[in-house]
Amino acid sequence: MAKKILMDSETIDRTIVRITSEILEKNKGARELAVIGIRTRGVHIAERIVKRINKLEKIKPPMGTLDITLYRDDLRRKTEWPKVERTEIPFSVEDKEVILVDDVIYTGRTTRAALEEIMDFGRPSSIQLVAMVDRGHRELPIQPDYLGIQVNTLSTEKVRVHLKETDGKDEVIVKKG
Amino acid sequence: MTFQRKHILGLEELSAEEITLILDTAESMKEVSARDVKKVPALRGVTVCNLFYEPSTRTRSSFEIAEKRLSADVLNFTLSHSSVTKGETLLDTARNLEAMGASVIVIRHPMSGSPWLLAKELNSSIINAGDGSHEHPSQALLDLFTIREMKGEIKGLKVAIVGDILHSRVARSNVWGLIKLGAEVRVVGPPTLIPKYIENANARTFYNLEEAIEGADVIIMLRIQMERQESVYFPSLREYSRFYGLTREKLKGADKDATVMHPGPINRGIELSSDIADDASSVILDQVSNGIAVRMAMFYLVASAGRNQ
Repeated sequence: MAKKILMDSETIDRTIVRITSEILEKNKGARELAVIGIRTRGVHIAERIVKRINKLEKIKPPMGTLDITLYRDDLRRKTEWPKVERTEIPFSVEDKEVILVDDVIYTGRTTRAALEEIMDFGRPSSIQLVAMVDRGHRELPIQPDYLGIQVNTLSTEKVRVHLKETDGKDEVIVKKG
Repeated sequence: MTFQRKHILGLEELSAEEITLILDTAESMKEVSARDVKKVPALRGVTVCNLFYEPSTRTRSSFEIAEKRLSADVLNFTLSHSSVTKGETLLDTARNLEAMGASVIVIRHPMSGSPWLLAKELNSSIINAGDGSHEHPSQALLDLFTIREMKGEIKGLKVAIVGDILHSRVARSNVWGLIKLGAEVRVVGPPTLIPKYIENANARTFYNLEEAIEGADVIIMLRIQMERQESVYFPSLREYSRFYGLTREKLKGADKDATVMHPGPINRGIELSSDIADDASSVILDQVSNGIAVRMAMFYLVASAGRNQ
């Protein structure tokens, strides 16, 4: 199977540094920030962003993890329902600037589910989206506010973000379907 | 693994892996009840019917809350209001509910085996909410969930089940579940109230409470069900209470961190002395909130499996 590396470990590091700076610039610091990662890999990217914010601003914004399974819009057609993992948002999202983190943005349906789930926890003053890769093919009017890279893909191809925490090494690859 | 069952009828037929998947899913569901908006859209558009042929407040309410937290549409059929009183058979009633669009039916019925009949004859997913003195899977699953939450894991625990084992569907489901998950199960009660199946289930039988709870990590006290005692199984309540009622003194022989559980409602002074009942009540309230999470997990899993068949 043909596989192409889109980002290596260093590029991923630099991208997280850049995205974090953009977040801090746009929000004028980190005081009202909260970072929420979408399971599984969005959580690890979110952790890295929080670490970087802490280093730059000496503030550790609250962090949460989101499992969007119960909010999917394809539950009624999927043949096999995914296992439900735990959502953990151990802080109030009221009036927070929520930074929502996902690894890949594709149809936009995961983001839609995540937005709905966060709203059930309260009313943040804003939700801003971070994606490491935008692979196109959006089916909903949703765009990332902070983006690693944009790539043109065929819908038959697979884009995978691999991270040390789950996959042993950092890389973003695209595979022919 | 993925859940392949369209129905949850009893713990005797579930595998250890299936039980563990239900408990793991319940763990994720528990968080929903702690939110501001205690509702997720997973079962939107699914109609669930609660068909109760026996009076029940807490089990039925717990099922109903679980259904509503998953956004299902809920239909309640209880004995006093239904056409049962007009002589309609169980199957006819259930077929009618299915025709109204119910795709999951939760049934409680005084006849053992009735949920299996519905599962065979209908297209809906069936969840057993207690059939006669046979099984009560949701109660056993929530007991297992509560035990796992308190003790870390079930494997290797010594669990004593005390009282009217014969008439207790909670006991029967718990025996199967605990043994499948690797606990050492001891049942204790008057010989007249110990059923035959216990021998096949690999549980140990005792007739003396102190012996049975020696070193026990968990003690499940069963309610003496006055309404099910059609003939006399023990001479008097006072005698039963003297031999099989749990008191502070008798509890000394159990593990020092032993947990006392009771499916409720407690007959104070009969199964449990009042001070032990007070200690146990915090666990009992845990069980109530865990019950909602476990039932949400059951619905999610059967609805998912039911869709493929």
